[in-house]
Amino acid sequence: MTDRSVFKLTLPILFGYIPLGMAFGVLFVTQLDYPWWGATLMSLAIYAGAGQILAVSLLAAHAGLLEVFVALFVLNARHLFYGLSLLGRFRGARWRKGYLIFGLTDETYSLLTSRDRTGDTAAEQRRDVLITLYNQSYWVIGSTLGAWSGRAVSFDSTGIEFALVALFIVLTIEQYKVLGQMLPIWIGAAAAGLSLALLPADQQLIGAVVLATLTLLTHYRFHRPAETTGSQERSHG
Amino acid sequence: MDDMTYLLAFIAVGTLATFATRVIPFAFFSRHSEHPLIQHLGRFLPAAVMSLLVVIFLLRSGHWSAPVLGADALVPSLIVVGLHLWRRNALLSIIAGTACYMAIQQAGLS
Repeated sequence: MTDRSVFKLTLPILFGYIPLGMAFGVLFVTQLDYPWWGATLMSLAIYAGAGQILAVSLLAAHAGLLEVFVALFVLNARHLFYGLSLLGRFRGARWRKGYLIFGLTDETYSLLTSRDRTGDTAAEQRRDVLITLYNQSYWVIGSTLGAWSGRAVSFDSTGIEFALVALFIVLTIEQYKVLGQMLPIWIGAAAAGLSLALLPADQQLIGAVVLATLTLLTHYRFHRPAETTGSQERSHG
Repeated sequence: MDDMTYLLAFIAVGTLATFATRVIPFAFFSRHSEHPLIQHLGRFLPAAVMSLLVVIFLLRSGHWSAPVLGADALVPSLIVVGLHLWRRNALLSIIAGTACYMAIQQAGLS
């Protein structure tokens, strides 16, 4: 995989992050009395889409710092589970590991866990860093543009954020092709359905991730005997 | 605390909270990355997360009341699925689906 094809891989994120980042930037300068670079700094340091949009309302309310910590931790808690499935992949990445972990957004996690890999771990980790870096730069550029232009954006980009939904659909299909089975996909969909039905909007994402993880842990208990005999496609569930 | 100090402290705290959610699994479970349970999650969790993201964001992208019944999000999604199964070109599927969604939203069909 060349650097050019790594860039191509991140194009859907470009289409998603530029408009969403701009939306955040516009929100930041129109709702708050802070200078534009506050938006840029947040995208450089915090780097979490939903988290930063929540942060705008917390800033506007002049929230206490402890409240800010709790709110952002809870909102981003799903990332706790993303890391669990990447422990081996980032192993031995040395200084790169810090940035790879820092940049683990939903979209970056999706790309890193879905893409083709060669056996050359060091080279693959370099590509992971490149992907993470490209993605964050789209987010930083988008937020900065939004904060500069304020309300004066003229291009009607309504709906362009659907690029991220489309990306998730494509990656689900790719995951299916890699795994050759639908079960984890049904588990995710059912977990989402349940949490959409039972939980308020701000807890649905974390609720679904927790549910899916618990279901997979149960799945593991029934699956394990098959795996130790080396025929893991044999169904025990 | 003046406004600028508050902003900088706010960003520092927000950065810490977000990074904590990302680094905790690596800090506490790194030694167990070969454990079969962790390997099992590593193999299956991404697919489950991907599909739950699809369901949640799809529901938030559409209008689900009559007479639309979510068609404004479902039609573009089916285009993405169909194109992707046919050509398996990620960029093409995403651009076509997004253009369709934008056209529907901007034409006020939903």
